[in-house]
Amino acid sequence: MNISKMHENPYNPEPARIVRHYDLIEDHRFFQIRHVDMNRAMSFTYNPGQFIMLSIPGVGEAPFSISSTPSRPGILELGVRKVGTLTESLFQKQDNDIIYIRGPYGNGYKIEQMEKKDLIITAGGLGVIPLRSILYYVLDNRDKFGRVFFLYGAGDSNQFLFRDEFFQLKARNDLDCMYTVDKADKTWTESEGVVTKLFKNLPEIDPQNTIGLVTGPPVMYKFVIDEFLKLKIPKNMIQLSLERRMKCGIGKCGHCALDHLYTCIDGPVFTYWDTQHFRELI
Amino acid sequence: MEKALIESSRNIAIHIAILWVPNMRILKMQPKFLDKFLESLEKFGALYGPVHRNGVMKYDRIESVSELDLSGHQLPMIPVKKLFNPKQFTMLHFNEKGFYPDYSMIEKRVIIGVHPCEIHGVLRLDEIFLNDPADPYYAGLRDNSAIIGFSCWPTESSLCKSAGTDIVDEGFDLFFMNLNEFYLVWVGSSRGYDMIHEREEFFEQEVSHEDMRKYIEWRNKRNEVFKLEIDFGSMPDIMELSHNSEVWDYFAEKCLSCGQCTMVCPTCNCYNVSDVFDVTNETTGRRERTWDSCMFVDYSLVAGGHNFRESRADRLKLWYTHKLKTFGSEYGRPGCIGCGRCVDTCPVDINVVTVSQALISGEVPKE
Repeated sequence: MNISKMHENPYNPEPARIVRHYDLIEDHRFFQIRHVDMNRAMSFTYNPGQFIMLSIPGVGEAPFSISSTPSRPGILELGVRKVGTLTESLFQKQDNDIIYIRGPYGNGYKIEQMEKKDLIITAGGLGVIPLRSILYYVLDNRDKFGRVFFLYGAGDSNQFLFRDEFFQLKARNDLDCMYTVDKADKTWTESEGVVTKLFKNLPEIDPQNTIGLVTGPPVMYKFVIDEFLKLKIPKNMIQLSLERRMKCGIGKCGHCALDHLYTCIDGPVFTYWDTQHFRELI
Repeated sequence: MEKALIESSRNIAIHIAILWVPNMRILKMQPKFLDKFLESLEKFGALYGPVHRNGVMKYDRIESVSELDLSGHQLPMIPVKKLFNPKQFTMLHFNEKGFYPDYSMIEKRVIIGVHPCEIHGVLRLDEIFLNDPADPYYAGLRDNSAIIGFSCWPTESSLCKSAGTDIVDEGFDLFFMNLNEFYLVWVGSSRGYDMIHEREEFFEQEVSHEDMRKYIEWRNKRNEVFKLEIDFGSMPDIMELSHNSEVWDYFAEKCLSCGQCTMVCPTCNCYNVSDVFDVTNETTGRRERTWDSCMFVDYSLVAGGHNFRESRADRLKLWYTHKLKTFGSEYGRPGCIGCGRCVDTCPVDINVVTVSQALISGEVPKE
């Protein structure tokens, strides 16, 4: 019986090649990957904020945020922290090695809501990986958005991801970058302190015309959201990207349940207002 | 000419449909024909049904219809979901060339003796597994399985009347209502129609007023047997208002995190996935799927060690949110279909009845 003719198999991953990789910081690696099938590679598109499921045969599968922007097609970029068996195995891969991916999954950032608005993009630590996708999407479609503020905080200068890239962005006059580390050393030229401290550097904003974006470690959300609320940004104009354990990515395995929703299909991007309805949150 | 022929044959088909369908919806059958009829279903697939094996009632493949327990007085320990979302199976194989799906578990089956609440359970699972993109294993098993429903009698723990799942009008191919003297047989699908058509001599087209009266009597009598009830209509609001209730701490203190409630619940669908290498080498192997439980402590644990639902109270709340409030955003209905298995199974009496009563009264059960 040929079931595959009746139902596509959404669990069957496609081969992709590691095109390039380099270390961002210790135990954090940047990967550029591309579908082995070139037609698939060129037609593959996604929304900023979506994720893929990445497999290594015999090791397993897990969700990873896409860090590149669909406005630069052909290559998918991932930022990966070595933290478990799958990522340890991924870190042993070299350029030209094959891995397996499926997706994209999830909803992604609510771009329609962001158009013509000022944006405060706020990242903590690894949270900058999905936000980098929307950041570059916005920069590639710069005339569609108002003022853009990019606030990024890391533990210390050795934990600051995409340092060269993000410092180059400081030269742009259509983007206001503010960087901070919790503990500064002699090499650090930017602010010191937690990311919420950067909010005092923002110029006056019109809260009805501003979208707040935030992604970071679980402990960070409350504090950044408080800052957005202090600025009087409406709850449904604050967008968060959440992380959960997932086994399927398509709303079947149950692991990423948030109250009655699933992070994988109803998220991973939620507005703060959405999250008021499921009590457990971030 | 050809066109006219097609047209006229189409008209005949429409006439046949009009003539036959209303009569075919509900039929009558004498009990003496039951076994013979069920045996005849073998040509539609391998026969499965509730049987007693090693002291446990379970859905299993049968050799002979005489093994079946169709009395309707007991539910199999593990719900019929196991025939659509198996406890463990191989999803994909892998080798050095990549992954490829394994559909070997999909076979043509006829599942006999499925109670109404169980059919409702399958319909709830459909909303998860058949929601786009469909799970091809579940969808394949669903497409290839006929469901022959059977009426049942409430147990001490049945809550189906409260849950509105004591009767069912979709989700089956045939449904046998056992009124002792005879069966009323509902035909629920064209496959069900084909099954009847094979053995028309067993069925009576005429269902008399007297027969209908007996059916109504049977339902009224059955309605009086239920010992337990839950006000499901109020539960979504009560769940919302009880989010911070200390009742959860009481149950969390008692809960053993054994996960039995999730295994026996007809609408628990969670699974885990893991890769296994074949014994003989390090390039080929399989990706396997196994039932998982949100009661297990590592259920929401992510790489790096953060656990989004470390406390047992949070895990219980998630389960009861799905069972008593709403299951999946679009479906809006609670997941509980009132089979009563959690009432019978939980070793420390945490179940939909004790939890809903405690939330409504604000008082924990007396020891």
